[in-house]
Amino acid sequence: MTLVPTASSTVGPYLHIGLTPLQVYDIAKDASKGEKIVISGRVFDGEGQPVPDALLEFWQANADGKYATPEDSQDKPLDGKFTGFGRIPTDKEGRFSFTTVKPGAVPGPGNTLQAPHILVCVFMRGMLKHLYTRIYFSDEAAANANDPVLGLIEDASRKPTLIGERTAGKAEYRWDIRMQGEGETVFFDC
Amino acid sequence: MSDLIGYKRPAPGTQPNYLHAPYQSSIKRAPNKPLIRMPQTLTELTGPVYGHERVGPLDNDLTKQHAGEPLGERMILSGRLLDENGRPVPHSLIEIWQANACGRYPHPGDQHDAPLDPNFTGYGRTVTDSEGRYRFVTIKPGAYPWRNHHNAWRPQHIHFSLFGPSFMTRLVTQMYFPGDPLLPFDPIFNCVTDQRARDSMVSKFDFETTIPEFALGYAWDIVLRGRDATPMENKK
Repeated sequence: MTLVPTASSTVGPYLHIGLTPLQVYDIAKDASKGEKIVISGRVFDGEGQPVPDALLEFWQANADGKYATPEDSQDKPLDGKFTGFGRIPTDKEGRFSFTTVKPGAVPGPGNTLQAPHILVCVFMRGMLKHLYTRIYFSDEAAANANDPVLGLIEDASRKPTLIGERTAGKAEYRWDIRMQGEGETVFFDC
Repeated sequence: MSDLIGYKRPAPGTQPNYLHAPYQSSIKRAPNKPLIRMPQTLTELTGPVYGHERVGPLDNDLTKQHAGEPLGERMILSGRLLDENGRPVPHSLIEIWQANACGRYPHPGDQHDAPLDPNFTGYGRTVTDSEGRYRFVTIKPGAYPWRNHHNAWRPQHIHFSLFGPSFMTRLVTQMYFPGDPLLPFDPIFNCVTDQRARDSMVSKFDFETTIPEFALGYAWDIVLRGRDATPMENKK
């Protein structure tokens, strides 16, 4: 039996009613391992205006590079109740900020190793289907250079849109999303 | 990672494009550059596991969240969560949100001149059972105006958010009602060009789940992306 998957639609302007009751700002809450970090940024539309009605979801491995789901069959330890899932709306200025632990490396296609990264799923009013993008880390330059997914981006000038920039002397990263124009964030078709 | 089985890609026309000019808000929010095609890795093929611990016994009854009963036409909404190979998706989180019977949301951004209902928030959640079934009790949402174009009205709808087993099955959509005269005029509903896919967003009136002297039943099955190859397909 083959069915047609249900069509996607926009979260609309009142997304907060449906999607913030289970919001998660502190992914690190249940983590016992790994470096605690804060990632902050803003979401901008094609006119450079902040997007106040977006929602971001994050998904990442724990510090050992293991995802907290039976779908991950790697022989690596789980970290207690750490889920690796976050969900936050943007504020009136399009800002977002969340706390997590830096994920470990996970396997990629074939025998490759993926650099530490966080999957980001982007929803907003005006968007009929969510978008996938990723956050990598500026202090992982060697791993990023060998990452099989970053390697798919032919225009090297676009790669920095996926790299969270570490603030000197702090466990904080800055990462923005730009929907269009100069510095348009790389989004993936997967 | 050769043991990983990926999910099928959607057939042309069955999912919306990011840019759909009749829906004006998409114009400045759709990516201009083509998406980068990538293989589904362990990251994409996993996702959060939600158990029943996040869902209370009355979370799927939107008529019982306040001291009194909400106004409006009571309804039972039920169906199954399936994948495109026809397999049920069990133990999976479903979240819904909707306007009240007058077409108003309790949200600071909603300035529609229609009354709020102190007995209705319009949010519910549940987890599918072992056969992928779900059920909500709610009231039928009202249509409401929006400013997309002259005399623009949204058809009656309920927003749905679904996870399934991985981030590749993540879906946010809207469910509509059969025979709604506003459907042909709604740019959000009509952003899907394939008619079968578009009609899959419309629920059916259902006598089977209608409860005498209490509430009308509506049935709606939701279909998530399915794996590329499954034991079920091999049986054909």
